[in-house]
Amino acid sequence: MLAIENVSRTFSNGETGFKNLNLSVKKGEVIGILGTSGCGKSTLLRVLSGLDEHYDGQVKIDGESVTAVHEKIGMIFQEPRLLPWLKVRENIPFGLKSDEHKTEKALKYIESVGLNGFENHYPKDLSGGMAQRVAIARALVTAPEILLLDEPFSALDAFTKMQLQDLLLAIWQQYHSTILLVTHDIDEALYLCDRILILRGQPGEIYEELTIPKLKPRGRGDAELAKMKDQIIKLLDLSQINNK
Amino acid sequence: MMSVKATVVSTEVGQKSKKGFQVNATLKTAALGAVVPLILVIAWEYLSRTGVFPPHLLPAPSVICQSLMNMSAEGNLWGHIGITLYRLFIGFLIGTAAAVVLGAAVGYLKKAESLFDPLIQAFRSIPSLAWVPLFILWMGIGEPSKVVLIAVGVFFPVYLNIVSGIQSVDRKLIEVGKIYNFSSLQLIRRIILPASLPSFLVGLRSGLGLGWMFVVAAELMGASTGIGYLLVYGQNTYSPDLIISSIVLFAILGKITDSILKTFEAKALHWQDTIEKKA
Repeated sequence: MLAIENVSRTFSNGETGFKNLNLSVKKGEVIGILGTSGCGKSTLLRVLSGLDEHYDGQVKIDGESVTAVHEKIGMIFQEPRLLPWLKVRENIPFGLKSDEHKTEKALKYIESVGLNGFENHYPKDLSGGMAQRVAIARALVTAPEILLLDEPFSALDAFTKMQLQDLLLAIWQQYHSTILLVTHDIDEALYLCDRILILRGQPGEIYEELTIPKLKPRGRGDAELAKMKDQIIKLLDLSQINNK
Repeated sequence: MMSVKATVVSTEVGQKSKKGFQVNATLKTAALGAVVPLILVIAWEYLSRTGVFPPHLLPAPSVICQSLMNMSAEGNLWGHIGITLYRLFIGFLIGTAAAVVLGAAVGYLKKAESLFDPLIQAFRSIPSLAWVPLFILWMGIGEPSKVVLIAVGVFFPVYLNIVSGIQSVDRKLIEVGKIYNFSSLQLIRRIILPASLPSFLVGLRSGLGLGWMFVVAAELMGASTGIGYLLVYGQNTYSPDLIISSIVLFAILGKITDSILKTFEAKALHWQDTIEKKA
């Protein structure tokens, strides 16, 4: 589905960004990318989404090499990035070309992210969690096969976060999308992902790759996952950052 | 989810009951705005009647009202108002149109900015009244020179606001368009234009203000009709009531046209998440 071959993208004389990344993702897989800040996680997503074209190496989707924004890709940012002058039901089909049954699709996705009754609200009237739901619906509406999520829930409170993680899980079960999730929330990665990549260093490199065999949905308090969390914390080597 | 719905219902109810006394609130604001002018007018009337203000320099408000009524009864007042509004409107349209075209190009295209912006900035530093002799020389003292002068006055604030509005559009919103593979034209139409609308409207309002300034300037310099002409006429015939009437007319008309734009602005920008002022 998605193949990343020896991709590097660095800034400021190779001090930040990431380098030599290799990864191949199967259809329907959920990949978590964990790493402390500054190791190039978000840069990686910008490269994959086509927003950043100045990288070395090759990104391939279904075997064809990607040079610009690819239509099979949908992106959800850390902030909802809604267009403040459009209502919810106009924001959701924003990415559709003019003739694609905008209203019906909007209503369908409003339903699937649980925003019934909010169709005519403007973004200023939405809470952070609701706005992010709209953003999720907006990304889904073009039926992308690969969803890129850049710390999508990091600005939300703990409860909304859990709700939206479950929503994402439901979406994954329904649409079988391939998902790349950049996060710095270890629990989130353990709850949602099939594989977790750990990036370390500046510029970041893949330090470790963990497979989580457990079937989804998983329990949030699962003992096995808790063990893995310990392991991940060790792998991230947080002490090094404190010493800096 | 249930609890979320419940709060929505309650806010809707809140909004409805708010509308009930919103009419009252607008009336209240209007009444509050009238308090200070009313006090001033009453004091002025009193001081004029007691002879503190000499009538040949500052006639009483009642005298001014009377002279306005006379003029409107004679019928030529409306002609003067009409021609002034006409000049302002045409000049405003031309100035705004030019500003939109140039401002959009300069704001969006780096090349256009390097090409035009230095020149426009240089022209901006010429006091616009300095153009008057040239315009009169070129176009005579008829309508064209006046309209062009007003257009020049309106152009700069509108232009500056459009350029800064376009250049300050959030990069994050533009990225949303890029993710959907928008062409430049789509980016402009669907993201950049709506996002720079607030700043454009600010430009329109200050452009209108300057337009009023220049309509007076244009009419002071050789006109045979218009409110500005009434000012000159009042000066030449030693009639302070006429001068003050004209000034009052400018105040009223300026306020009305600005309110129209302000209402339009509020309608067009209702989606903005701004602070509501304390009651």
